[in-house]
Amino acid sequence: MEGPLSVVLKMSHPTEMMISVVIGIGFGFVLERAGFGRADRLAANFYGRDFRVLRVMFTAIVTAMLGLYVLDLLAILPLSSIGILDTYLLPQIVGGLLLGVGFIVGGYCPGTSVVAAVSGKIDAVLFMLGIAFGSAVFTFGYDTLAPLANAGARGRVLLHDFFHVNSGIVVFAVSLFAVGAFWAVGRIEQLVRARTSARASEHQDEEATEARGAAGLAREGSLP
Amino acid sequence: MNENRPLWNPYAAGVALGLVLLASFVLTGRGLGASGTFKHVEAAVIHAVEPTWAEENQNIASFFSDPQRSSLNDWIVWLTIGSAVGGAMAVFTGKRFKVETVRGPRARIENRWILAVVGGAISGFAAQLARGCTSGQALTGGAQLSLGSWVFMFAVFGGAYGMAWFVRRQWI
Repeated sequence: MEGPLSVVLKMSHPTEMMISVVIGIGFGFVLERAGFGRADRLAANFYGRDFRVLRVMFTAIVTAMLGLYVLDLLAILPLSSIGILDTYLLPQIVGGLLLGVGFIVGGYCPGTSVVAAVSGKIDAVLFMLGIAFGSAVFTFGYDTLAPLANAGARGRVLLHDFFHVNSGIVVFAVSLFAVGAFWAVGRIEQLVRARTSARASEHQDEEATEARGAAGLAREGSLP
Repeated sequence: MNENRPLWNPYAAGVALGLVLLASFVLTGRGLGASGTFKHVEAAVIHAVEPTWAEENQNIASFFSDPQRSSLNDWIVWLTIGSAVGGAMAVFTGKRFKVETVRGPRARIENRWILAVVGGAISGFAAQLARGCTSGQALTGGAQLSLGSWVFMFAVFGGAYGMAWFVRRQWI
């Protein structure tokens, strides 16, 4: 076997679409079980309270990357046989920044909003309507936006091509980066937790002092 | 009865998500995604209203090149239908389904609704500009080690962290 099964087996369009449905079922199921069906849990990632999103995402990337590069090495699934995403630096930077803004403002990203919507979240349904609207705005403005959308087109650039190193080095570096990130976010969570609980107990102390003061006044008032 | 099934450990969920993505590469040569479906739906609506305009718009014309096949009969649309089914299976078996508006303790519900639409609109525009979203670019291209996808991923985190302070009343 060399290449994706759909190509090797010359699958018909309906068969391939059915496979896409099955893959989608797996995708949606895992996203829900990962906890991505709630905006507050997704947003917690950006306030240093719960880095679940980052942990799941980096683990998934490393897992799929290791599988992909091993299959490439074994010539079972050569990288050249799958759809590698092309690089367009400027639109990917601007689009990425905007998608991050949309994420924290709206509470979801496109994939998680689908799972949240079927979980009964009204905000996710509204977010989905917003995506369709924003997407249509892009289509209507395409003539004006095309130069930006196609700026800095570099075609297929993989990280090891860019840095002129062996792909194994990048695979190792990315794995190491993920482990480092897991350690770092664990530390950040501890710091944020310590700070918020310190603030909460300070608040409690103030309330307690006020309560004591009020109780004292009441006692004084009750003296003959 | 009200006992929810707990969420998976994040690392275990990550391995599972990575295996789904890998299976997708092996089976079809494609990754995962979501925003493409919204583009197809939006394009189909425009096409229903103004077929000629849609067929001449450079952004969506390719969807209508095959008159024998509906523009919605595309792998990404089927994948999203599957995602909705899979998400529903997980939420019902996990006893987590609940009709509600998710928001922080200080957030007003009307503001949350408005910002959900606004955030969605920004994301829909952004995903088209970047040719993908968190799943189609960051996850899929990240695992492929595509340069642009990694740049995109850091930009997403940068945009979200940069904006987080301004909308903190929505969430914390």
